[in-house]
Amino acid sequence: MPKPLEAVNDFVVKFSNVNGSGSASANALFAKSILRMGVPASSRNIFPSNIQGLPTWFEVRVSEKGHLGRRGGVDLMVAMNPETWDEDVAEIEPGGYLFYDATKPLPASKFRNDISIIGAPLTAICNREYADPRQRQLFKNILYLGALSALLDMDVAAIETLIGEQFRGKDALIRPNVKALHLGRDWALAHAECPIGLRLRRANAVGERIFITGNEAAALGCVYGGATVAGWYPITPSSSFAEAFAAYCRRYRRDPVSKQHRYAVIQAEDELAAIGIVIGAAWNGARAFTATSGPGVSLMQEFLGLAYFAEIPAVIFDIQRGSPSTGMPTRTQQADILSCAHASHGDTKHVLLFPQDPNEAFLFAADALDLADRLQTPVFVMMDLDIGMNEWLIPPLSWDPRRRYDRGKVLSFADLEKGVEFGRYLDVDGDGIPYRTYPGTHPTRGAYFTRGTTKDRYGRYTEEGSAYVDNVQRLLHKFETAKGRAPRPIRQKAKEPTRLGAIYFGSTAPAMTEALEALEERGIRLDTLRVRAFPFHDDVLDFIAAHDKVFVVEQNRDAQLRTLLIVEGEIDPKKLVPILHYDGTPITARFIENAIAERLSVVPLAPLRKALP
Amino acid sequence: MTYIAKPLFHHPQLPTNALGFTHRDYEGRVSTLCAGCGHDSISAAIIQACFELSLPPHKIAKLSGIGCSSKTPAYFLDASHGFNSVHGRMPSVLTGANLANRDLIYLGVSGDGDSASIGLGQFAHCLRRGVNMVYIVENNGVYGLTKGQFSATADKGSKSKRGAVNTDSPIDLVGLALELGASFVARSFSGDKAQLVPLIKAALLHKGAAFLDVISPCVAFNNHPGSTKSFDYVRAHNEAVNRLDFIAGREELTADYAPGTLEVVVQHDGSVLRLRKLAADYDPQDRLSALNYLRRQQAAGEIVTGLLFVDPDAGDLHDFLDTVETPLNALGEEELCPGPEILAQFNAAHR
Repeated sequence: MPKPLEAVNDFVVKFSNVNGSGSASANALFAKSILRMGVPASSRNIFPSNIQGLPTWFEVRVSEKGHLGRRGGVDLMVAMNPETWDEDVAEIEPGGYLFYDATKPLPASKFRNDISIIGAPLTAICNREYADPRQRQLFKNILYLGALSALLDMDVAAIETLIGEQFRGKDALIRPNVKALHLGRDWALAHAECPIGLRLRRANAVGERIFITGNEAAALGCVYGGATVAGWYPITPSSSFAEAFAAYCRRYRRDPVSKQHRYAVIQAEDELAAIGIVIGAAWNGARAFTATSGPGVSLMQEFLGLAYFAEIPAVIFDIQRGSPSTGMPTRTQQADILSCAHASHGDTKHVLLFPQDPNEAFLFAADALDLADRLQTPVFVMMDLDIGMNEWLIPPLSWDPRRRYDRGKVLSFADLEKGVEFGRYLDVDGDGIPYRTYPGTHPTRGAYFTRGTTKDRYGRYTEEGSAYVDNVQRLLHKFETAKGRAPRPIRQKAKEPTRLGAIYFGSTAPAMTEALEALEERGIRLDTLRVRAFPFHDDVLDFIAAHDKVFVVEQNRDAQLRTLLIVEGEIDPKKLVPILHYDGTPITARFIENAIAERLSVVPLAPLRKALP
Repeated sequence: MTYIAKPLFHHPQLPTNALGFTHRDYEGRVSTLCAGCGHDSISAAIIQACFELSLPPHKIAKLSGIGCSSKTPAYFLDASHGFNSVHGRMPSVLTGANLANRDLIYLGVSGDGDSASIGLGQFAHCLRRGVNMVYIVENNGVYGLTKGQFSATADKGSKSKRGAVNTDSPIDLVGLALELGASFVARSFSGDKAQLVPLIKAALLHKGAAFLDVISPCVAFNNHPGSTKSFDYVRAHNEAVNRLDFIAGREELTADYAPGTLEVVVQHDGSVLRLRKLAADYDPQDRLSALNYLRRQQAAGEIVTGLLFVDPDAGDLHDFLDTVETPLNALGEEELCPGPEILAQFNAAHR
């Protein structure tokens, strides 16, 4: 047997559970108590499209260094689901640990001899202590949490505090939970060697950071960014977005005197109506958004073309999931890049923003509302299930109190009264962005007829080819303007000059950072660029030009961002090497590290020979 | 003659309304529909209704989907903002627009293809939400712009111009509107302006979801023998349950009515609907009996017209959502942004 793994504040624990068994809150308590010990951690819920009965996993990454992406591999498996036993046991790193419910004996063939095994009679303890079947089920989860607290040398007081906070208002539940916690802990202290090789030690590495999902953070960004109308249709993994927006609005958006609502949320009959509501509201001067996922974006296609061509600000949050079709609704991907960049029929191009975590999701939500108004066009915020539904440890959210909403080019009553020339599709300022008016602004001036079909600069109906070309060329010019207004990419240099680069975006960021560190240790140095928006800023193309080979790391099968780069930048496809992860689980640092290292050993490059020992 | 630009000048003594506007101020561009199209009569009725009610044109937003009927908002109310959206989706766009600014009057114009086929879902849902609007379907039972296919309101057994017989059961939008909770439901005929104009006026003043089904024969594709949406057929089978005579509350009742033949309904805004009863037992405030009556007459081959149902005290979507009085599009950072202190508390709650 290999030496048991030894690590302090740096390991991966995975919980394998049955959906609907009440494990989620015990697992979340586990992750949060690590944070309360001052040790950074992230958690990822890998769950089925099901309410009860199917397998579900919860993976916790502990990293005092602050690597909060998925690492890959499992150091301690808490195996609570017989159905997935074999695959769960197989996933454990050599030298790792298996914790399981040993009430029912299992044959030796079900185990491995290169891992440490801790079997606790959880069901037996529960059956002895509790009569009610539901309690037996729920407290079993708290029991294993208690056992882990001893095995990993956790601060049990931190867990007790959290239990107190969680059940505040339902105080009768606190005592039984604390009791269950200690039942598990006492069993471990009495029957197992505590602590095991993996352990936690109080640190001071969490600081001011907060623990939150991207859907909640972005929904709050919509509140701060001044969205007043939301149209949505329930779809995993975006539903919690609209629900969070409604909840925050109920709290923060009431008239202090009348208590009436300064917002309107409509759960529409489908995604078509959801985007229709957004377009109608935005046309009429309210900030409006929808949150959806890939299938919803597919249903919105016709409307998105209208919004592009009629130049209506609309903000769409795409919480991407496994696609196409119904796909894997509870799994993550970055596979809607092309369908959003070119959403709808005809010649269309849309602005996309790629937040890397909930903190940027908050910021980009407000930025997207500004950008949509400024550019008068749909803006997509490309999140994914990993960012949207998992809790991330991120810097606290901040808001500049001097910030003003950029409502873009809107003519007021006074402007119209002064006799300003108004042509709805007239490029007055040379940036491709025309002026608009809200309905009802002026009794005799500024009214226009919005239509998707052909029109001239003054919004008058025409089917003239030249007027059409004039209009769509201006739209291209407007898209150029967008480059300078969307969030700029972030470039990072390797420690030493290199001809190798890597481009990544969105939720890949934390795993990428960790992979770069590991590659560096192997002597592979990469400059990196994190794309934060489409259309691509000139920096993106400069970066590609400055390197011989650029890896493009994505979570989809077809290298969709790479396709956009090749097309928009007229780049030789051979120069952009795709690194693709698309099994529906969040990308891991080890995957990126190995994939890049492998590509480099297959394709030897001149600079690489220098870089490698 | 649609290539001739419409002249703006008019007779100097053209009558003006309370706002000082003439009838011409409510007009739009020259229609590009076929000569004799029923839809143009409806546009004219809308113009007359808005003029007579002295509505400020810029406070009306006109929205439509796709189709012949949906083109018509370009042909009336030129001083209003208009939105020709996508096929069957006007209701959602109108709902969003209404949420953004509750102070405007929303006029949705659609057709039977737009509302009963591709847009049936949106038709249903905007009515059940009680969006404050006038929703007019210009109903001719046929697709005009794509040249004569049956729509979902075509009666079973009716014949197309090419001789094909429709074998599908029709969708009755009035029946659906009653089922779905529209608070003002009427049917009229584009060839009966005297009936149509007061109904549009009453609908414009109604608070809540007002639906008007206007049979509007298609002279190009559905005005032949065998059609149940032709001028001749509708004239022969039109059974009006009542006549809406006056709607301005301030005017004195001057006409003489036989006892029991007049019903007075006071709407939310104080406007008074004076209904001359034609069908003796018809009660336009009873949703269930309206539905029954409609079904019975329909089975007998009659087209029931008039003000079929009104709930004068209905609320609208803004009431249900309890939104503030100020239009949402007029709120700024002050009212909308919770500010950094709240954010600090929020952060603290997530540690």
